Amino acid sequence: MTAWNSSRREFLRLSAAALGLSFAVPGLELRAANVRGVERKKSLLTIWLAGGPSQLETWDPHPGTDIGGGDTGVRAIQSTIPQVQIAHLYPQTAEQLHHVSVIRSLVSKEGDHERGAYMLHTGYKPEPTLVHPSIAAIATHELSDDRVEIPQSISLGNPPFPPRGGFLGDKLDAYRVFNPGQNGQNLRPNVSNDRQQRRLKNLEVVSQSFRRGRGVQVDQTLHQHTVDAALRMMTSEQLKAFQVEDEPAAVRDAYGRLPFGTGCLVARRLLEVGVRSIEVCLNGFDSHAKNMEAHVNRAQELDPALATLFKDLAERDLLQSTVVLVIGEFGRTPKINPLLGRDHWPTGFSCLLGGGGLRSGALLGATDHTGEKVMPESPVEVADLYATVLQTLGIEYAKEVITPIGRPMKYCSGSPIETLLASSVR
Amino acid sequence: MSRIRLSIARTLVPLGVVFGVFAVIAAAARTNVMHQSPDRQRFASEVEPVVLQVDRLFARKWSEAGVTPANPASELNVLRRLSQALHGTVPSLEEIRVFEADAGPRKMERWVERMLDDRRFADYFARRLSRVYVGADDGQFVLFRRDRFWAWLGEQLQKNEPYDQVVRQMIAERGLWTGVPEVNFITSTVSEGNIDVNKLAGRTVRAFLGQRIDCAQCHDHPFANWKQGQFEGLAACYGQVSLSAVGVEDNRNKPYSVEDRMTLKPRDVAPAVPFGADWFPEEGTERQRLAAWVTHPQNRRFERAIVNRVWGLMFGKPWQGPVDDLSDPDERGPQPDDLLDVLGADFREHHCDLKRLIATIAATHAFRLSSEHLDFEVPERAIVVEESWAAFPLTRLRPEQVIGSMLQASSIKTIDQNSHWVRRAFRFFQELNFVKEYGDLGDNELGDHSGTIPQALLRMNGEFAKDRSEGNPFSAPGRIASMAPTDDGCLDLCFLVCLSRYPTAVERAAILPQLEGTTNDNRKSAVEDIFWTLYNSAEFSWGH
Repeated sequence: MTAWNSSRREFLRLSAAALGLSFAVPGLELRAANVRGVERKKSLLTIWLAGGPSQLETWDPHPGTDIGGGDTGVRAIQSTIPQVQIAHLYPQTAEQLHHVSVIRSLVSKEGDHERGAYMLHTGYKPEPTLVHPSIAAIATHELSDDRVEIPQSISLGNPPFPPRGGFLGDKLDAYRVFNPGQNGQNLRPNVSNDRQQRRLKNLEVVSQSFRRGRGVQVDQTLHQHTVDAALRMMTSEQLKAFQVEDEPAAVRDAYGRLPFGTGCLVARRLLEVGVRSIEVCLNGFDSHAKNMEAHVNRAQELDPALATLFKDLAERDLLQSTVVLVIGEFGRTPKINPLLGRDHWPTGFSCLLGGGGLRSGALLGATDHTGEKVMPESPVEVADLYATVLQTLGIEYAKEVITPIGRPMKYCSGSPIETLLASSVR
Repeated sequence: MSRIRLSIARTLVPLGVVFGVFAVIAAAARTNVMHQSPDRQRFASEVEPVVLQVDRLFARKWSEAGVTPANPASELNVLRRLSQALHGTVPSLEEIRVFEADAGPRKMERWVERMLDDRRFADYFARRLSRVYVGADDGQFVLFRRDRFWAWLGEQLQKNEPYDQVVRQMIAERGLWTGVPEVNFITSTVSEGNIDVNKLAGRTVRAFLGQRIDCAQCHDHPFANWKQGQFEGLAACYGQVSLSAVGVEDNRNKPYSVEDRMTLKPRDVAPAVPFGADWFPEEGTERQRLAAWVTHPQNRRFERAIVNRVWGLMFGKPWQGPVDDLSDPDERGPQPDDLLDVLGADFREHHCDLKRLIATIAATHAFRLSSEHLDFEVPERAIVVEESWAAFPLTRLRPEQVIGSMLQASSIKTIDQNSHWVRRAFRFFQELNFVKEYGDLGDNELGDHSGTIPQALLRMNGEFAKDRSEGNPFSAPGRIASMAPTDDGCLDLCFLVCLSRYPTAVERAAILPQLEGTTNDNRKSAVEDIFWTLYNSAEFSWGH
């Protein structure tokens, strides 16, 4: 394992300078998190529960009812939010719930996985004429930070529909790390340093030839800029944030050693470096059959990781500057199907939202315990959820941008949920 | 006795089948025509008049804009452009050698025709056009078979079937999506078992008429003339379509109704077209009527749309962008100063012959220009040159073109229908993996996309790029390292297979010393590094 330590980086920097190369590595402080508290730009952390987590087996149990699964269904346990009880599958999270608020009445009307994921990433329905940027991309675009040398929108795990840049550009697509805890894809050169230098030196020469007679056009391709950014990333100290070897074993155990738990730990490290948008994905919630079994199984990974994450963020003073959202593309039907499963349910599902200065400990909305009513009480539109998130991040949620096709489009078509906004925000 | 015979038969029959298959493959690997210069020039003289018209149009345009056109590009450069546009790859070393040795008349015209006759054209163009017709999403596999559609479209292109006929088949055919592959145009819009007539209506207008009516689905279009009622009328043309055990059918008893957005009550809508009502026949199923309208000889949007798109596929940038949002054709009729009208009229007159259209465009002065221009050093002038097409545009290649180029560059022999099937299968699967990692551009064909950091990382450090530059005995880098007679020759070969050109004096001076005096492993490493550099240059990933 080659050790990409600071002396190697210094060497590269000096040799770059000596060769007059364009990708000279700038100096910077290792951790943007040295500036903490209210002055920091805020980040967005999404825990994405792929497949559609059942609200009844997570944050909105209805114990003892038919829809709750009767005697074999979940029981409810008290959380640290007085009026909120959650499924007994989440004892650790219950102890940390006071860091966030609970919404039980999300409505989206998109019951298809791809359309639902699109809606829950962008706040818009899919359209034929353009692709909306994800909220993660908007945050990265509006709050970009030059001090961060690694991508500022990152996806950990294997979501089927990762956050995209849409009409804001592909460069805002989330950088994907399929195996959290190991480095991202393709970060190490395949050859020795000498050969790498020779390659890069030759590249300069060939690029110069191509640029002759094509100056402006070649510059507009941003090809060199992208190569430089990639090189910068490859030699960055901040890459260490992707690895967890130097974390104490106790911490790694608390999060859980499987990819999702490790992903949450990596997410915390990335937040410390100053990454703007992070999504950690846990798969396996699409329980059309054997719903209870599936959710018991998922909770074994989700509960410790989530609880440890909340606790860790709070202890490290990262919670004030990080909006945390725990959500999936829709919920699941109150009525249990013949395969003991639940199907898709986009009208009346749950999420957890907190951090970033948002009000914590609140409860919004309620679902009907008979499962007869389609709409929940106090429905919350997805667009309004994201208007709240954007406002909290310090972004003008209704800002209109002109898309490449000439059509004006607002970042978000909703309005913030007043009861969730703390008065000190903005 | 008979049981022994049966067990012998059981062993021999499968062996026989396997042997038979190999025999067929061996027979199919016939002599390679690559070693001979092309000799057919069916189009060359025929298209001269229209090429001249186009050249004059550009001369006027440049004069009005006050620009001088760029110098002609080198022939090898033009060959590279054609390879990338028509085959999705770079010219192989074999092709380059034969091309350089060809001293006959009308060289480029003959080579264009050879490239059009090559099966790779049909395969690649079918793939590019398929994204437009059936989108890039997966769809419901049981009902939508992209592979069958590609194969069918490739067949039509290979046989050069009239394009209007191809379109009519896509819109109006009936049958099972496996046996009648053109109906996949319809089933590509199926989601949750239902055909999406709105998606079909929008796609029909975009793909075949080059305009966007989609906005009018929900409200009157804010800045074009589409009204919501017009959209509904078009969608109603697909209202009779149903899916059954025998495939896509037209159910003549099925009325089409929409939910009125205001009253929330259903409202019957009759099939109607938003313009050119005279071209909408009375006879036939609704889809047949729609197909006739779309391809009607007087519906100029039809030829303008395909001309614009083919121009875009060849230049990397459409004549008018976005490629499927064209301005309305001039009401007075085809205009001599409108490129889409000039090429469109010729296209129609010659039975919507796609290969002829491509040969015409390839023969124009504009297509043969270099992408270098003195004014590109000056930002204010650069934009004038770009907008008047006074130089060949610099455009980003698609992922499959980049990988196709890498695969060909790392292989001495041409990878085409004559190649060993193992090699072709390898190409196919490598492409899939690379495209998946590189990031598909979706069905936004010819849109503006700049590269991303993960793509740069993939090119620089990825396994694929490593494999493609590896100097093993079977790869081009390996063969070039061990067999090129001189250092200069070695360097030349690297540049030829990757960039279709020779190194400049400056490049030679800088890089040749790295080869001098090297042998065996050191030489291999030097060549590998040169390949890596060339793969990672802007010149490699951008069309020029």
